[in-house]
Amino acid sequence: MNLRGVYAIWWREMIAFLRETPRLISAIVNPIVWLFIFGAGLGASVDVSGVDYQKFIFAGVLTQTFLFTSIFYGAYLVWDKRIDLLKSILVSPLSRATIFFGKVLGGVTISLMEALIVLVFGIFIGIPYTPASFLMSLLIVFIASAIFTSVGLTIGSMMESPEGFQLLSSFLLFPLFFLSGALFPLENLPGWLETVTAANPVTYVVDMLRGTLLGVQHFDTSHNLLLLGVFLAITSAVGVEAFKRMKS
Amino acid sequence: MSSSVIETKKLTKTFNGRIHAVQDLSISIEEGEIYGFLGPNGAGKTTTIKMLATLLDPTSGSARVNGFDVVKQPSKVRESIGIVFQEPSSDELLTGYENLRLSALMYDLPASEIESRIDGSLELVELNDRRNDLVKTYSGGMRRRLEIARGLLHRPRILFLDEPTLGLDPRGRETMWRYVERLTEELRMTILLTTHYMEEADSLADRICIIDKGKSVAIDTPARLKRKVGGDLVTIVADSPRIAEIRRLKSVRKIEQKDGTFVITMDNAAAHLQDLLKRVGKVDSVEVRSPTLDDVFIKHTGRGLEQAEGGWFEKMVQNTTNKE
Repeated sequence: MNLRGVYAIWWREMIAFLRETPRLISAIVNPIVWLFIFGAGLGASVDVSGVDYQKFIFAGVLTQTFLFTSIFYGAYLVWDKRIDLLKSILVSPLSRATIFFGKVLGGVTISLMEALIVLVFGIFIGIPYTPASFLMSLLIVFIASAIFTSVGLTIGSMMESPEGFQLLSSFLLFPLFFLSGALFPLENLPGWLETVTAANPVTYVVDMLRGTLLGVQHFDTSHNLLLLGVFLAITSAVGVEAFKRMKS
Repeated sequence: MSSSVIETKKLTKTFNGRIHAVQDLSISIEEGEIYGFLGPNGAGKTTTIKMLATLLDPTSGSARVNGFDVVKQPSKVRESIGIVFQEPSSDELLTGYENLRLSALMYDLPASEIESRIDGSLELVELNDRRNDLVKTYSGGMRRRLEIARGLLHRPRILFLDEPTLGLDPRGRETMWRYVERLTEELRMTILLTTHYMEEADSLADRICIIDKGKSVAIDTPARLKRKVGGDLVTIVADSPRIAEIRRLKSVRKIEQKDGTFVITMDNAAAHLQDLLKRVGKVDSVEVRSPTLDDVFIKHTGRGLEQAEGGWFEKMVQNTTNKE
Protein backbone atom coordinates (compact mmCIF):
# COMPACT_ATOMS: atom_id res chain seq x y z
CA MET A 1 0.00 0.00 0.00
CA ASN A 2 1.32 3.46 -0.77
CA LEU A 3 0.02 6.56 0.97
CA ARG A 4 0.32 8.82 -2.05
CA GLY A 5 -1.87 6.42 -3.98
CA VAL A 6 -4.41 6.39 -1.14
CA TYR A 7 -4.38 10.18 -1.23
CA ALA A 8 -4.86 10.19 -5.02
CA ILE A 9 -7.95 8.00 -4.84
CA TRP A 10 -9.34 9.96 -1.87
CA TRP A 11 -8.73 13.28 -3.64
CA ARG A 12 -10.67 12.11 -6.69
CA GLU A 13 -13.55 10.87 -4.50
CA MET A 14 -13.76 14.24 -2.79
CA ILE A 15 -13.85 16.26 -6.01
CA ALA A 16 -16.47 13.94 -7.50
CA PHE A 17 -18.55 14.18 -4.31
CA LEU A 18 -18.41 17.97 -4.14
CA ARG A 19 -19.24 18.37 -7.84
CA GLU A 20 -22.22 16.06 -7.76
CA THR A 21 -24.79 18.41 -6.34
CA PRO A 22 -27.53 15.82 -5.65
CA ARG A 23 -25.10 13.78 -3.57
CA LEU A 24 -24.06 16.84 -1.64
CA ILE A 25 -27.63 17.94 -1.01
CA SER A 26 -28.78 14.50 0.11
CA ALA A 27 -25.83 14.34 2.49
CA ILE A 28 -27.06 17.49 4.18
CA VAL A 29 -30.82 16.95 3.95
CA ASN A 30 -30.96 13.25 4.91
CA PRO A 31 -29.80 13.62 8.49
CA ILE A 32 -32.14 16.56 9.07
CA VAL A 33 -35.11 14.59 7.77
CA TRP A 34 -34.29 11.60 9.94
CA LEU A 35 -33.92 13.74 13.04
CA PHE A 36 -37.25 15.38 12.34
CA ILE A 37 -39.12 12.11 11.72
CA PHE A 38 -37.75 10.28 14.72
CA GLY A 39 -37.38 13.21 17.03
CA ALA A 40 -40.72 14.93 16.53
CA GLY A 41 -42.74 11.96 15.26
CA LEU A 42 -42.03 9.44 17.97
CA GLY A 43 -42.42 12.07 20.62
CA ALA A 44 -40.63 12.72 23.82
CA SER A 45 -43.20 11.37 26.24
CA VAL A 46 -41.52 8.05 27.00
CA ASP A 47 -38.47 7.60 29.15
CA VAL A 48 -36.07 4.83 28.20
CA SER A 49 -33.10 3.86 30.35
CA GLY A 50 -33.64 7.00 32.35
CA VAL A 51 -33.50 9.47 29.44
CA ASP A 52 -36.34 10.67 27.23
CA TYR A 53 -36.87 8.71 24.02
CA GLN A 54 -35.80 11.50 21.68
CA LYS A 55 -32.42 11.65 23.31
CA PHE A 56 -32.27 7.89 23.58
CA ILE A 57 -32.62 7.33 19.83
CA PHE A 58 -30.30 10.21 18.93
CA ALA A 59 -27.30 7.87 18.77
CA GLY A 60 -29.41 5.52 16.62
CA VAL A 61 -30.35 8.28 14.19
CA LEU A 62 -26.75 9.42 13.99
CA THR A 63 -25.65 5.87 13.24
CA GLN A 64 -28.45 5.33 10.76
CA THR A 65 -27.38 8.39 8.78
CA PHE A 66 -23.83 7.38 8.15
CA LEU A 67 -24.64 3.65 8.01
CA PHE A 68 -26.76 4.19 4.90
CA THR A 69 -24.26 6.61 3.38
CA SER A 70 -21.36 4.24 3.98
CA ILE A 71 -23.03 1.17 2.52
CA PHE A 72 -24.50 2.98 -0.50
CA TYR A 73 -21.09 4.49 -1.18
CA GLY A 74 -20.28 1.10 -2.77
CA ALA A 75 -22.82 1.85 -5.49
CA TYR A 76 -20.47 4.47 -6.94
CA LEU A 77 -17.92 1.73 -7.49
CA VAL A 78 -20.45 -0.11 -9.63
CA TRP A 79 -21.03 3.11 -11.50
CA ASP A 80 -17.28 3.62 -12.00
CA LYS A 81 -17.18 0.20 -13.63
CA ARG A 82 -20.11 1.07 -15.85
CA ILE A 83 -18.57 4.27 -17.20
CA ASP A 84 -15.18 2.60 -17.73
CA LEU A 85 -13.52 4.76 -15.15
CA LEU A 86 -12.34 1.90 -13.01
CA LYS A 87 -10.31 0.35 -15.83
CA SER A 88 -7.87 3.24 -15.89
CA ILE A 89 -7.34 2.91 -12.14
CA LEU A 90 -6.94 -0.87 -12.24
CA VAL A 91 -4.34 -0.62 -15.00
CA SER A 92 -2.20 1.78 -12.94
CA PRO A 93 0.58 0.41 -10.72
CA LEU A 94 -1.50 1.06 -7.58
CA SER A 95 -2.10 -2.11 -5.60
CA ARG A 96 -5.65 -3.20 -5.02
CA ALA A 97 -5.19 -2.58 -1.27
CA THR A 98 -4.17 1.03 -2.01
CA ILE A 99 -7.23 1.56 -4.19
CA PHE A 100 -9.45 -0.02 -1.54
CA PHE A 101 -8.20 2.10 1.34
CA GLY A 102 -8.33 5.26 -0.77
CA LYS A 103 -11.98 4.55 -1.44
CA VAL A 104 -12.66 3.69 2.23
CA LEU A 105 -11.13 6.97 3.29
CA GLY A 106 -13.37 8.79 0.82
CA GLY A 107 -16.48 7.12 2.27
CA VAL A 108 -15.32 7.82 5.82
CA THR A 109 -14.79 11.52 5.05
CA ILE A 110 -18.31 11.85 3.65
CA SER A 111 -19.72 10.00 6.69
CA LEU A 112 -17.84 12.32 9.05
CA MET A 113 -19.34 15.36 7.32
CA GLU A 114 -22.84 13.98 7.73
CA ALA A 115 -22.23 12.95 11.32
CA LEU A 116 -21.03 16.45 12.06
CA ILE A 117 -24.31 17.90 10.82
CA VAL A 118 -26.32 15.51 13.02
CA LEU A 119 -24.12 16.17 16.03
CA VAL A 120 -24.69 19.90 15.69
CA PHE A 121 -28.46 19.29 15.61
CA GLY A 122 -28.02 17.35 18.82
CA ILE A 123 -27.46 20.64 20.58
CA PHE A 124 -31.10 21.59 19.94
CA ILE A 125 -32.54 18.47 21.56
CA GLY A 126 -30.34 18.98 24.57
CA ILE A 127 -27.50 16.50 24.17
CA PRO A 128 -25.03 17.48 26.90
CA TYR A 129 -21.78 17.71 24.91
CA THR A 130 -18.35 18.13 26.34
CA PRO A 131 -15.40 18.73 23.97
CA ALA A 132 -14.17 15.25 24.84
CA SER A 133 -17.51 13.53 24.13
CA PHE A 134 -17.84 15.43 20.84
CA LEU A 135 -14.39 14.34 19.63
CA MET A 136 -14.89 10.81 20.91
CA SER A 137 -18.15 10.58 18.93
CA LEU A 138 -16.30 11.56 15.75
CA LEU A 139 -13.68 8.93 16.42
CA ILE A 140 -16.39 6.28 16.81
CA VAL A 141 -18.00 7.45 13.57
CA PHE A 142 -14.61 7.18 11.88
CA ILE A 143 -14.12 3.56 12.91
CA ALA A 144 -17.74 2.55 12.32
CA SER A 145 -18.01 4.14 8.88
CA ALA A 146 -14.74 2.46 7.87
CA ILE A 147 -16.42 -0.88 8.73
CA PHE A 148 -19.61 -0.10 6.81
CA THR A 149 -17.84 1.47 3.83
CA SER A 150 -15.75 -1.69 3.54
CA VAL A 151 -18.94 -3.74 3.46
CA GLY A 152 -20.46 -1.45 0.81
CA LEU A 153 -17.31 -1.55 -1.33
CA THR A 154 -17.10 -5.33 -1.03
CA ILE A 155 -20.64 -5.65 -2.35
CA GLY A 156 -19.91 -3.07 -5.03
CA SER A 157 -16.81 -4.91 -6.20
CA MET A 158 -18.86 -8.03 -6.84
CA MET A 159 -21.82 -6.38 -8.56
CA GLU A 160 -22.14 -5.59 -12.24
CA SER A 161 -25.29 -3.47 -12.11
CA PRO A 162 -26.50 -0.68 -9.81
CA GLU A 163 -29.83 -2.53 -9.48
CA GLY A 164 -28.11 -5.63 -8.14
CA PHE A 165 -26.24 -3.49 -5.67
CA GLN A 166 -29.41 -1.78 -4.51
CA LEU A 167 -31.14 -5.10 -3.94
CA LEU A 168 -28.37 -6.72 -1.96
CA SER A 169 -27.51 -3.67 0.12
CA SER A 170 -31.12 -2.98 1.10
CA PHE A 171 -31.47 -6.62 2.08
CA LEU A 172 -28.52 -6.11 4.40
CA LEU A 173 -29.20 -2.59 5.65
CA PHE A 174 -32.60 -2.95 7.24
CA PRO A 175 -31.81 -5.90 9.53
CA LEU A 176 -28.49 -4.24 10.39
CA PHE A 177 -30.28 -1.13 11.53
CA PHE A 178 -33.46 -2.49 13.09
CA LEU A 179 -31.85 -5.49 14.79
CA SER A 180 -29.43 -3.31 16.73
CA GLY A 181 -29.96 -1.27 19.83
CA ALA A 182 -30.65 1.84 17.74
CA LEU A 183 -34.34 2.08 18.58
CA PHE A 184 -34.72 -0.03 21.72
CA PRO A 185 -32.69 -0.72 24.83
CA LEU A 186 -30.73 -3.95 24.97
CA GLU A 187 -32.01 -4.94 28.41
CA ASN A 188 -34.54 -7.77 28.77
CA LEU A 189 -34.56 -8.77 25.09
CA PRO A 190 -36.00 -12.13 24.07
CA GLY A 191 -33.25 -14.72 23.62
CA TRP A 192 -33.18 -14.85 19.83
CA LEU A 193 -33.06 -11.07 19.51
CA GLU A 194 -30.26 -10.87 22.04
CA THR A 195 -28.23 -13.32 19.93
CA VAL A 196 -28.89 -11.42 16.71
CA THR A 197 -28.05 -8.02 18.17
CA ALA A 198 -24.86 -9.42 19.67
CA ALA A 199 -23.64 -10.47 16.20
CA ASN A 200 -24.48 -7.08 14.68
CA PRO A 201 -21.70 -4.46 14.58
CA VAL A 202 -24.27 -1.66 14.57
CA THR A 203 -25.23 -2.65 18.13
CA TYR A 204 -21.78 -1.78 19.44
CA VAL A 205 -21.55 1.43 17.45
CA VAL A 206 -24.86 2.70 18.83
CA ASP A 207 -24.08 1.56 22.36
CA MET A 208 -20.73 3.28 22.35
CA LEU A 209 -22.11 6.50 20.92
CA ARG A 210 -24.94 6.51 23.44
CA GLY A 211 -22.50 5.94 26.25
CA THR A 212 -20.29 8.75 25.04
CA LEU A 213 -23.11 11.24 24.50
CA LEU A 214 -25.52 10.38 27.33
CA GLY A 215 -23.63 8.12 29.69
CA VAL A 216 -26.16 5.35 29.06
CA GLN A 217 -24.40 2.18 28.01
CA HIS A 218 -25.12 -1.55 27.97
CA PHE A 219 -21.65 -2.99 27.33
CA ASP A 220 -18.25 -1.88 28.64
CA THR A 221 -16.40 0.62 26.47
CA SER A 222 -13.45 -1.76 26.18
CA HIS A 223 -15.80 -4.54 25.09
CA ASN A 224 -17.32 -2.27 22.40
CA LEU A 225 -13.94 -1.05 21.19
CA LEU A 226 -12.51 -4.54 20.98
CA LEU A 227 -15.45 -5.82 18.95
CA LEU A 228 -15.39 -2.85 16.59
CA GLY A 229 -11.67 -3.45 16.10
CA VAL A 230 -12.37 -7.07 15.22
CA PHE A 231 -15.17 -6.09 12.80
CA LEU A 232 -12.90 -3.50 11.17
CA ALA A 233 -10.09 -6.02 10.73
CA ILE A 234 -12.44 -8.58 9.19
CA THR A 235 -14.33 -6.23 6.86
CA SER A 236 -11.20 -4.53 5.54
CA ALA A 237 -9.41 -7.84 4.98
CA VAL A 238 -12.43 -9.17 3.12
CA GLY A 239 -12.67 -5.90 1.17
CA VAL A 240 -9.03 -6.00 0.04
CA GLU A 241 -9.48 -9.61 -1.06
CA ALA A 242 -12.66 -8.70 -2.95
CA PHE A 243 -10.81 -5.86 -4.70
CA LYS A 244 -8.05 -8.27 -5.71
CA ARG A 245 -10.64 -10.48 -7.38
CA MET A 246 -12.49 -7.60 -9.00
CA LYS A 247 -12.54 -7.56 -12.79
CA SER A 248 -12.82 -4.37 -14.75
CA MET B 1 14.76 -12.10 -29.72
CA SER B 2 15.95 -10.12 -26.70
CA SER B 3 15.38 -6.77 -28.39
CA SER B 4 11.62 -7.28 -28.52
CA VAL B 5 9.61 -5.15 -26.12
CA ILE B 6 6.53 -7.30 -26.31
CA GLU B 7 6.64 -11.00 -26.86
CA THR B 8 3.83 -13.52 -26.68
CA LYS B 9 4.06 -17.28 -26.99
CA LYS B 10 0.93 -19.22 -27.89
CA LEU B 11 -1.12 -16.68 -25.98
CA THR B 12 -4.67 -17.98 -25.62
CA LYS B 13 -7.84 -16.71 -23.97
CA THR B 14 -10.87 -18.93 -23.78
CA PHE B 15 -14.15 -17.74 -22.31
CA ASN B 16 -16.51 -20.23 -20.68
CA GLY B 17 -14.23 -23.06 -21.70
CA ARG B 18 -15.17 -23.01 -25.37
CA ILE B 19 -15.15 -19.54 -26.88
CA HIS B 20 -11.66 -18.97 -28.20
CA ALA B 21 -11.30 -15.20 -28.18
CA VAL B 22 -7.56 -15.43 -28.80
CA GLN B 23 -5.83 -18.59 -29.92
CA ASP B 24 -2.12 -19.43 -29.95
CA LEU B 25 -1.02 -15.89 -30.66
CA SER B 26 2.75 -15.61 -30.99
CA ILE B 27 4.07 -12.17 -31.80
CA SER B 28 7.19 -10.18 -31.17
CA ILE B 29 7.24 -6.40 -31.24
CA GLU B 30 10.48 -4.48 -31.58
CA GLU B 31 11.44 -1.31 -29.76
CA GLY B 32 10.22 1.88 -31.42
CA GLU B 33 7.85 0.07 -33.71
CA ILE B 34 4.24 0.96 -34.45
CA TYR B 35 2.63 -2.44 -34.51
CA GLY B 36 -0.91 -2.75 -35.77
CA PHE B 37 -3.53 -5.37 -35.03
CA LEU B 38 -5.93 -5.31 -37.93
CA GLY B 39 -9.12 -7.30 -37.89
CA PRO B 40 -12.89 -7.05 -37.70
CA ASN B 41 -14.74 -6.36 -34.45
CA GLY B 42 -14.62 -9.41 -32.24
CA ALA B 43 -11.42 -10.73 -33.80
CA GLY B 44 -9.69 -10.75 -30.42
CA LYS B 45 -7.76 -7.48 -30.61
CA THR B 46 -9.08 -5.93 -27.42
CA THR B 47 -8.84 -9.23 -25.54
CA THR B 48 -5.17 -9.39 -26.51
CA ILE B 49 -4.53 -5.83 -25.32
CA LYS B 50 -6.33 -6.56 -22.05
CA MET B 51 -4.08 -9.55 -21.45
CA LEU B 52 -0.97 -7.54 -22.25
CA ALA B 53 -2.17 -4.75 -19.93
CA THR B 54 -2.78 -7.27 -17.08
CA LEU B 55 -6.52 -6.64 -17.03
CA LEU B 56 -7.26 -10.22 -18.10
CA ASP B 57 -5.36 -13.39 -17.27
CA PRO B 58 -4.46 -15.61 -20.23
CA THR B 59 -5.99 -19.09 -20.28
CA SER B 60 -2.71 -20.50 -21.55
CA GLY B 61 0.50 -19.38 -23.21
CA SER B 62 2.64 -16.52 -21.97
CA ALA B 63 3.36 -12.88 -22.63
CA ARG B 64 6.19 -10.57 -21.64
CA VAL B 65 5.89 -6.81 -21.77
CA ASN B 66 9.06 -4.76 -21.35
CA GLY B 67 10.67 -7.97 -20.17
CA PHE B 68 8.12 -8.64 -17.44
CA ASP B 69 5.70 -11.53 -17.31
CA VAL B 70 2.10 -10.30 -17.41
CA VAL B 71 0.90 -12.89 -14.90
CA LYS B 72 3.83 -12.99 -12.50
CA GLN B 73 4.90 -9.33 -12.51
CA PRO B 74 1.72 -7.37 -13.23
CA SER B 75 2.72 -4.18 -11.39
CA LYS B 76 6.05 -4.01 -13.25
CA VAL B 77 4.12 -4.37 -16.49
CA ARG B 78 1.68 -1.65 -15.46
CA GLU B 79 4.53 0.75 -14.73
CA SER B 80 5.92 0.17 -18.22
CA ILE B 81 2.76 0.80 -20.19
CA GLY B 82 0.32 3.53 -21.03
CA ILE B 83 -3.06 2.65 -22.42
CA VAL B 84 -5.77 4.44 -24.35
CA PHE B 85 -8.98 2.47 -24.12
CA GLN B 86 -11.61 2.08 -26.78
CA GLU B 87 -14.12 3.82 -24.53
CA PRO B 88 -12.60 6.98 -23.06
CA SER B 89 -12.09 6.39 -19.36
CA SER B 90 -11.39 9.89 -18.09
CA ASP B 91 -13.45 11.16 -15.20
CA GLU B 92 -16.18 13.46 -16.50
CA LEU B 93 -16.58 15.19 -13.16
CA LEU B 94 -12.96 16.27 -13.21
CA THR B 95 -11.28 18.82 -15.43
CA GLY B 96 -8.67 17.77 -17.96
CA TYR B 97 -5.98 19.04 -15.63
CA GLU B 98 -7.40 17.18 -12.64
CA ASN B 99 -7.55 13.93 -14.59
CA LEU B 100 -3.88 14.27 -15.39
CA ARG B 101 -3.01 15.18 -11.81
CA LEU B 102 -4.84 12.07 -10.62
CA SER B 103 -2.85 10.00 -13.05
CA ALA B 104 0.42 11.66 -11.99
CA LEU B 105 -0.28 10.76 -8.36
CA MET B 106 -1.29 7.21 -9.21
CA TYR B 107 1.94 6.69 -11.12
CA ASP B 108 3.89 8.29 -8.28
CA LEU B 109 5.64 10.96 -10.38
CA PRO B 110 8.03 13.20 -8.45
CA ALA B 111 6.12 16.18 -7.03
CA SER B 112 8.54 18.68 -8.55
CA GLU B 113 7.86 17.36 -12.04
CA ILE B 114 4.10 16.93 -11.96
CA GLU B 115 3.18 20.41 -13.21
CA SER B 116 5.70 20.51 -16.03
CA ARG B 117 4.76 17.03 -17.20
CA ILE B 118 1.07 17.92 -17.23
CA ASP B 119 1.85 21.10 -19.19
CA GLY B 120 3.94 19.15 -21.67
CA SER B 121 1.32 16.46 -22.20
CA LEU B 122 -1.50 18.95 -22.64
CA GLU B 123 0.65 20.90 -25.06
CA LEU B 124 1.33 17.84 -27.16
CA VAL B 125 -2.36 17.10 -27.65
CA GLU B 126 -3.25 20.80 -27.92
CA LEU B 127 -5.60 20.90 -24.98
CA ASN B 128 -3.86 23.53 -22.88
CA ASP B 129 -6.57 26.13 -23.44
CA ARG B 130 -9.25 23.76 -22.14
CA ARG B 131 -7.33 22.36 -19.19
CA ASN B 132 -9.63 23.80 -16.55
CA ASP B 133 -12.89 22.77 -18.19
CA LEU B 134 -14.78 19.71 -17.00
CA VAL B 135 -14.24 16.70 -19.26
CA LYS B 136 -17.99 16.38 -19.75
CA THR B 137 -17.84 19.54 -21.87
CA TYR B 138 -15.20 17.99 -24.20
CA SER B 139 -15.95 16.66 -27.67
CA GLY B 140 -15.24 13.04 -28.57
CA GLY B 141 -11.96 13.94 -30.24
CA MET B 142 -10.83 16.07 -27.30
CA ARG B 143 -11.58 13.23 -24.88
CA ARG B 144 -9.53 10.88 -26.98
CA ARG B 145 -6.67 13.36 -27.00
CA LEU B 146 -6.88 13.73 -23.23
CA GLU B 147 -6.65 9.93 -22.96
CA ILE B 148 -3.46 10.07 -24.99
CA ALA B 149 -2.08 12.84 -22.79
CA ARG B 150 -2.85 10.69 -19.77
CA GLY B 151 -1.36 7.59 -21.34
CA LEU B 152 1.88 9.48 -21.94
CA LEU B 153 2.18 11.33 -18.66
CA HIS B 154 4.37 8.78 -16.92
CA ARG B 155 6.49 8.33 -20.06
CA PRO B 156 5.86 4.65 -20.55
CA ARG B 157 8.07 2.71 -22.94
CA ILE B 158 5.01 1.16 -24.49
CA LEU B 159 1.69 2.69 -25.42
CA PHE B 160 -1.41 0.65 -26.21
CA LEU B 161 -3.96 2.33 -28.42
CA ASP B 162 -7.20 0.39 -28.65
CA GLU B 163 -9.16 1.64 -31.67
CA PRO B 164 -7.87 5.20 -31.13
CA THR B 165 -10.01 6.76 -33.83
CA LEU B 166 -13.25 4.84 -33.35
CA GLY B 167 -16.14 7.27 -33.65
CA LEU B 168 -14.01 10.22 -34.73
CA ASP B 169 -14.77 12.25 -37.86
CA PRO B 170 -12.21 12.18 -40.69
CA ARG B 171 -10.50 15.33 -39.48
CA GLY B 172 -10.29 14.06 -35.93
CA ARG B 173 -8.88 10.83 -37.25
CA GLU B 174 -6.14 12.59 -39.17
CA THR B 175 -5.19 14.71 -36.17
CA MET B 176 -4.94 11.55 -34.12
CA TRP B 177 -2.69 9.92 -36.71
CA ARG B 178 -0.40 12.93 -36.61
CA TYR B 179 -0.08 12.63 -32.81
CA VAL B 180 0.69 8.94 -32.98
CA GLU B 181 3.42 9.49 -35.53
CA ARG B 182 4.89 12.26 -33.41
CA LEU B 183 5.01 9.98 -30.39
CA THR B 184 7.25 7.45 -32.04
CA GLU B 185 9.41 10.10 -33.64
CA GLU B 186 9.89 12.40 -30.66
CA LEU B 187 9.61 10.00 -27.74
CA ARG B 188 10.73 6.82 -29.45
CA MET B 189 7.86 4.97 -27.93
CA THR B 190 6.73 1.51 -28.96
CA ILE B 191 3.11 1.55 -29.96
CA LEU B 192 0.66 -1.31 -30.20
CA LEU B 193 -2.41 -0.21 -32.04
CA THR B 194 -5.63 -2.06 -32.76
CA THR B 195 -7.94 -0.99 -35.51
CA HIS B 196 -10.55 -2.30 -37.86
CA TYR B 197 -9.88 0.55 -40.30
CA MET B 198 -7.50 -0.68 -42.94
CA GLU B 199 -6.42 2.84 -43.99
CA GLU B 200 -5.40 3.46 -40.41
CA ALA B 201 -3.27 0.34 -40.19
CA ASP B 202 -1.85 1.08 -43.63
CA SER B 203 -0.79 4.64 -42.95
CA LEU B 204 0.43 4.23 -39.37
CA ALA B 205 1.80 0.78 -38.74
CA ASP B 206 5.34 -0.36 -39.45
CA ARG B 207 4.14 -3.91 -39.20
CA ILE B 208 0.69 -5.40 -39.19
CA CYS B 209 -0.68 -8.54 -37.65
CA ILE B 210 -3.88 -9.49 -39.40
CA ILE B 211 -6.09 -11.17 -36.88
CA ASP B 212 -9.32 -13.03 -37.51
CA LYS B 213 -11.42 -15.20 -35.19
CA GLY B 214 -8.76 -15.02 -32.53
CA LYS B 215 -5.93 -16.20 -34.76
CA SER B 216 -3.13 -14.33 -36.43
CA VAL B 217 -3.31 -15.05 -40.13
CA ALA B 218 -0.47 -12.90 -41.49
CA ILE B 219 2.27 -10.66 -40.09
CA ASP B 220 4.38 -8.30 -42.19
CA THR B 221 4.85 -4.69 -43.30
CA PRO B 222 1.81 -3.23 -45.07
CA ALA B 223 3.77 -2.96 -48.32
CA ARG B 224 4.91 -6.56 -48.30
CA LEU B 225 1.49 -7.85 -47.32
CA LYS B 226 0.00 -6.04 -50.26
CA ARG B 227 2.70 -7.24 -52.59
CA LYS B 228 1.94 -10.80 -51.59
CA VAL B 229 -1.58 -10.42 -52.92
CA GLY B 230 0.23 -10.86 -56.24
CA GLY B 231 -0.07 -7.80 -58.40
CA ASP B 232 -2.58 -5.10 -59.28
CA LEU B 233 -6.28 -5.62 -59.60
CA VAL B 234 -8.15 -4.88 -62.82
CA THR B 235 -11.90 -5.01 -62.56
CA ILE B 236 -13.74 -5.33 -65.84
CA VAL B 237 -17.47 -5.21 -66.42
CA ALA B 238 -18.28 -6.84 -69.76
CA ASP B 239 -20.96 -9.04 -71.34
CA SER B 240 -18.78 -11.53 -73.17
CA PRO B 241 -15.10 -10.90 -72.60
CA ARG B 242 -12.67 -13.23 -74.28
CA ILE B 243 -11.35 -14.83 -71.15
CA ALA B 244 -9.35 -17.50 -72.92
CA GLU B 245 -7.42 -14.75 -74.74
CA ILE B 246 -6.50 -12.96 -71.53
CA ARG B 247 -5.36 -16.13 -69.87
CA ARG B 248 -2.58 -16.37 -72.40
CA LEU B 249 -1.05 -13.09 -71.19
CA LYS B 250 2.02 -13.77 -69.10
CA SER B 251 1.33 -10.91 -66.68
CA VAL B 252 -2.10 -12.27 -65.71
CA ARG B 253 -2.07 -14.34 -62.54
CA LYS B 254 -5.64 -14.94 -61.61
CA ILE B 255 -9.14 -14.31 -62.94
CA GLU B 256 -12.19 -14.32 -60.73
CA GLN B 257 -15.74 -13.93 -62.02
CA LYS B 258 -18.83 -12.73 -60.28
CA ASP B 259 -21.84 -12.21 -62.57
CA GLY B 260 -20.68 -9.82 -65.27
CA THR B 261 -17.73 -8.56 -63.24
CA PHE B 262 -14.25 -9.97 -63.73
CA VAL B 263 -11.44 -9.28 -61.29
CA ILE B 264 -8.09 -9.89 -62.92
CA THR B 265 -4.96 -10.00 -60.80
CA MET B 266 -1.92 -9.05 -62.85
CA ASP B 267 1.62 -7.74 -62.59
CA ASN B 268 2.27 -4.10 -63.37
CA ALA B 269 -1.21 -3.31 -64.71
CA ALA B 270 -0.21 0.18 -65.85
CA ALA B 271 2.17 -1.26 -68.43
CA HIS B 272 0.02 -4.12 -69.62
CA LEU B 273 -3.44 -2.60 -69.60
CA GLN B 274 -3.44 -1.70 -73.32
CA ASP B 275 -2.54 -5.24 -74.21
CA LEU B 276 -5.20 -6.63 -71.93
CA LEU B 277 -7.97 -4.44 -73.28
CA LYS B 278 -7.07 -5.26 -76.88
CA ARG B 279 -7.60 -8.96 -76.21
CA VAL B 280 -10.66 -8.77 -74.03
CA GLY B 281 -12.91 -7.11 -76.56
CA LYS B 282 -15.81 -4.77 -75.78
CA VAL B 283 -16.05 -3.72 -72.11
CA ASP B 284 -18.52 -1.51 -70.23
CA SER B 285 -16.05 -0.31 -67.64
CA VAL B 286 -12.52 -0.83 -66.41
CA GLU B 287 -11.01 -0.06 -63.05
CA VAL B 288 -7.38 -0.48 -62.14
CA ARG B 289 -6.12 -0.31 -58.60
CA SER B 290 -3.28 -1.43 -56.39
CA PRO B 291 -4.18 -3.98 -53.74
CA THR B 292 -5.34 -2.68 -50.36
CA LEU B 293 -5.17 -4.34 -47.00
CA ASP B 294 -8.75 -5.38 -47.61
CA ASP B 295 -7.50 -7.53 -50.50
CA VAL B 296 -4.88 -8.92 -48.15
CA PHE B 297 -7.62 -9.75 -45.68
CA ILE B 298 -9.67 -11.43 -48.40
CA LYS B 299 -6.68 -13.43 -49.52
CA HIS B 300 -6.12 -14.80 -46.02
CA THR B 301 -9.65 -15.25 -44.76
CA GLY B 302 -11.75 -15.60 -47.90
CA ARG B 303 -13.89 -12.58 -47.08
CA GLY B 304 -13.59 -8.80 -46.89
CA LEU B 305 -13.10 -6.82 -43.69
CA GLU B 306 -16.51 -5.21 -43.93
CA GLN B 307 -18.15 -8.57 -44.53
CA ALA B 308 -16.38 -9.94 -41.50
CA GLU B 309 -17.87 -7.18 -39.36
CA GLY B 310 -21.02 -9.24 -38.91
CA GLY B 311 -20.40 -9.80 -35.21
CA TRP B 312 -19.15 -13.35 -35.44
CA PHE B 313 -18.16 -13.35 -31.83
CA GLU B 314 -21.62 -12.40 -30.64
CA LYS B 315 -23.15 -15.08 -32.82
CA MET B 316 -20.83 -17.64 -31.38
CA VAL B 317 -21.59 -16.59 -27.83
CA GLN B 318 -25.27 -16.85 -28.64
CA ASN B 319 -24.87 -20.31 -30.12
CA THR B 320 -23.02 -21.66 -27.15
CA THR B 321 -25.48 -20.20 -24.67
CA ASN B 322 -28.38 -21.62 -26.63
CA LYS B 323 -26.90 -25.06 -26.33
CA GLU B 324 -26.86 -24.90 -22.56
